[in-house]
Formats: sequence, C-alpha cells, structure tokens
Amino acid sequence: MSTIYILWLRQLKRYFRSRARIIGSLGQPLLFLLALGYGFGPIYQRASGGNYIEFLAPGIIAMSIIFTALFSGIEIIWDRQFGFLKETLVAPVSRLNIMIGRTIGGATVATLQGVVVFLISLIAGFKPTNILMIFPALIFMFLIALLFTALGTAIASLLEDMQGFQLIMNFIVMPLFFLSGALFPIQGLTGTIRFIATIDPLAYGVDGLRHTLINVAYFGAGMDFIVLGAITLVLLAIGSYLFSKIQI
Amino acid sequence: MIEIKNLTKKFGSLVAVDNISFSVNKGEIFGFLGPNGAGKTTTIKILTTLLKPTKGSIKLGDYNPIDDPASARCSFGIVFQDPSLDDELTAWENMEFHGVLYKVPKKIRQERIEQLLKFVELWERKDDLVKHFSGGMKRRLEIARGLLHRPAILFLDEPTLGLDPQTRNHIWNYIKNLNKEEQITVFFTTHYMEEADRVADRIAIIDHGKIVAMGGSGELKAQTKTESLEDAFLSLTGRAIRDEEATNIEGMRQGRRMWRR
Repeated sequence: MSTIYILWLRQLKRYFRSRARIIGSLGQPLLFLLALGYGFGPIYQRASGGNYIEFLAPGIIAMSIIFTALFSGIEIIWDRQFGFLKETLVAPVSRLNIMIGRTIGGATVATLQGVVVFLISLIAGFKPTNILMIFPALIFMFLIALLFTALGTAIASLLEDMQGFQLIMNFIVMPLFFLSGALFPIQGLTGTIRFIATIDPLAYGVDGLRHTLINVAYFGAGMDFIVLGAITLVLLAIGSYLFSKIQI
Repeated sequence: MIEIKNLTKKFGSLVAVDNISFSVNKGEIFGFLGPNGAGKTTTIKILTTLLKPTKGSIKLGDYNPIDDPASARCSFGIVFQDPSLDDELTAWENMEFHGVLYKVPKKIRQERIEQLLKFVELWERKDDLVKHFSGGMKRRLEIARGLLHRPAILFLDEPTLGLDPQTRNHIWNYIKNLNKEEQITVFFTTHYMEEADRVADRIAIIDHGKIVAMGGSGELKAQTKTESLEDAFLSLTGRAIRDEEATNIEGMRQGRRMWRR
C-alpha cells in the first residue's frame, strides 16, 4: 500500500513541479475549443445541431485527458533512459504494485488536467446542464485517464527510446481522438466511419462525459461505463504483464 | 553468500558472460575487476534480477534471483554504474522514496536519512532538486541511498567513479566500517586498482566474459610476478584498449533497435 502511495505521490510531485508542461498542455485544448468552437459554431447551429461549444467541450476535456494520460504512461521510457526505472525494478516490491502506483498517479494527473480544461471551457462559454453532474463526469474522466495511462504503460514497456513516440502519436493517439466523435456527432454517421467510432474506446469516454455534462448520449452512460471499465481492466492486465517482462 | 555456477549470458551472437563460476563468502569485500566490456555490469545485472541469464544458476544468501526475484531483492542494495536518481525530486525525497520501497520503518528511516545525508555532506542541500546537483553530489547521494536499508549484500558498480580522493576515502572507510560492524557482504567493481588493492579481501578478474584469475591481491601479484595490482591486472588482461561498453554490449542490446521485442 505504501509503495503504491509513494509512486502515486511521485507522479503528482513531478506534475506540479513542471509548470511549463502544465501550461503547455493547456494550449492545445484551448486552441481547439476556441478555433473549432467559434469557427464551426455558426455552421453547426445552421445545421440545427445546437450550440457547438456545448457539444465540443466534453470532447476537448477528453482530449486533454488522453494526451496527458498516455504521456504519463510513456514516461516509463524517460525513467528508463535516465536510469530511475532500475531503482524501482530492483526494489523488493512487486512489479504489479509499481505498475498500479504509477498508473493511478498518471491517471490522477490526467484527471486534474481534465478538470482544468473543464474550468477553462466554462470561461469559453460552456454551460453544463447541471453543475452537480461534474461528479459523475469526474468518474468518467478518471476512467478515461486510467485506460489511457495503462495503454501508455503497455506501449512504453515495448519501446526502447522516444524515437517511437511520434509513431504512437500519429498512429494511435490521433486516430483514437479524431475518430471518437469528440468533434462531431456519431449519430449521423454511416458505414465504416460509424463502425470505427463504435470500436474506439475513447468514443465511450466522450459519450459518457456528454451524457453527464450536457445530457446528450449515443451509447448511454451505463453502456459507456461498462465498456470503458472492461477495456481498462484488459489494458491494465496487458500493461502489467508487459511491464513485468522488462529487462534492463 | 553469493554463489555463481556456470553462468552464461548471450546477447544474440555476443557472449557477454561465458560460463563463469565463483562464490563470495559472507562478510567479505569482493572486488570484481575487468576492462570495459568484460562482463562486469552484465554479471551484476543478473545478480540483481535486472537481467535473466541464458544459462547457469545463482544464489544470493538463501534466495535464487532467477526463480524468486522478489525475495532476493530484499537481501541486497545496489549503487549502479550510471545515474538512477529522479532529477525532479529533492535529495530528501529520493531517499524517502527508497526507504518506503524497502519498507524501512518511518522513524528509523528519518534518522538514517539524516545521518547518511550528513555523512555524504548533502544535508544542507536536502530540499534542493537533484537536477541542480553536480555529478559528484549525485554520486554521493546514490551511495547514501544504497546504504539506507542496510542490505545483507551491497553491490557497488564503479561507485567512486568521478569522485575526488577525499570523498572516495571517506566513503570507503564508511563501507569498511559497515562491513566490519554489520557483516555486510560487499561486491564491487572499479577501475581504480589501488582502491581494489586497499579494500578488497579477494579479487576476481574477468575478461571477455571469463574469469582469468581470482584470489587475494597478494596472490595475484605473486601469480603474475608483479609489484602492483595494476601491473598484475595488465599482465592478466593485456594492454590492448577495449571498446567502450556503450558501443559494444550495450549498443548491441539497446542501440538502434526501437522495439524491445
């Protein structure tokens, strides 16, 4: 227990100490929110979709979470290069506990980042239907964060250095984000793109956030919770297996 | 305390450690010497559960690091050859993190951290982030950290690299004391021959993955009919300059490959 706590604490300390990273990682969601939100807003309205900022904000919150979460997972590569990973791997604690501590720590950080973007979106004009619904929304935020931190850990356990990072961004993160329905409604889609959206785990995360925050849903919060939870468990299992196989 | 039998480690076609066998007694200070790329660090990594051997068996005290890494990990402490601190944490936090991982009770932990940080003269800097430390300061902090949980076996992979003679002396005196008072077994590598001569009870010399000589410093000198350990070492391993490990074993292992599997 104390092992998990100290690893969690380490992730949080690292996060709060890198102010440049916090501010830097807020730039992108802010840009998306303003440029897309205000840029497509009038067209979306004319197509009788309603208020686009309202629709977009949960997607942008999800975006900021997956970027931070994956990055936290991938930090293992850094630890490997700077040597700190060895220190944790020779310690008499199970790799499962190390993985759990890191993952919960990374997920907490990513959730915090999501909350900050939520607050920013309020300033940008986002009005949730009921402010108290932030609490169930927080559960979804944490689930998304957990899922993608575990995914990051799994990927990082397979990589030697950061050279593969760009590959992951372009072939995993970007497709997951852009095809998740974070920017457009899945309702009107047909064929392949609709199918892809339904197998994209992030689509369930975004849907869960929308259901809780603006009461619009495609899959429904219950379904979202089950799918996200199941995939998170699977990824945690794969991540711990790969992490336990690391040799230095 | 340490038993190695027919240990072999291959990386692809490269044989880093080639069928070595030896043992280290409890309470002994054992020097493991060899040129760059000879297989020292690989052996230490296998002993400390970071690598799995290709063949052979090892024992640390009563434990087998291959089959039961978790128990084996309780019995040793290690100071790595290359840095292993978290730069974004303070000196104190690095120590605290280590103490918690090794389950040192809080009260003892805090006393020892204070004592060790004072000993390596970093107490005044305990709340500074490690990234602001010089190389020598980081080294001192790593040594202090390795001693925090009072292990039965202490592995030191070139612990005094980059330290001035004052600090080296200071640290070796402390380790020798610990060895005497608490019967800690010390297994170390170094490139400073006079250091090995002075502190090691017994020395093994490894070259091209094989043990080429073993014994007390006096025995090695007698065996090679030389005056100093450095001459004995050169006579046993030759004068040719070796490739750095980074371009040799490490390079083959981690180098241009992006995927681990």
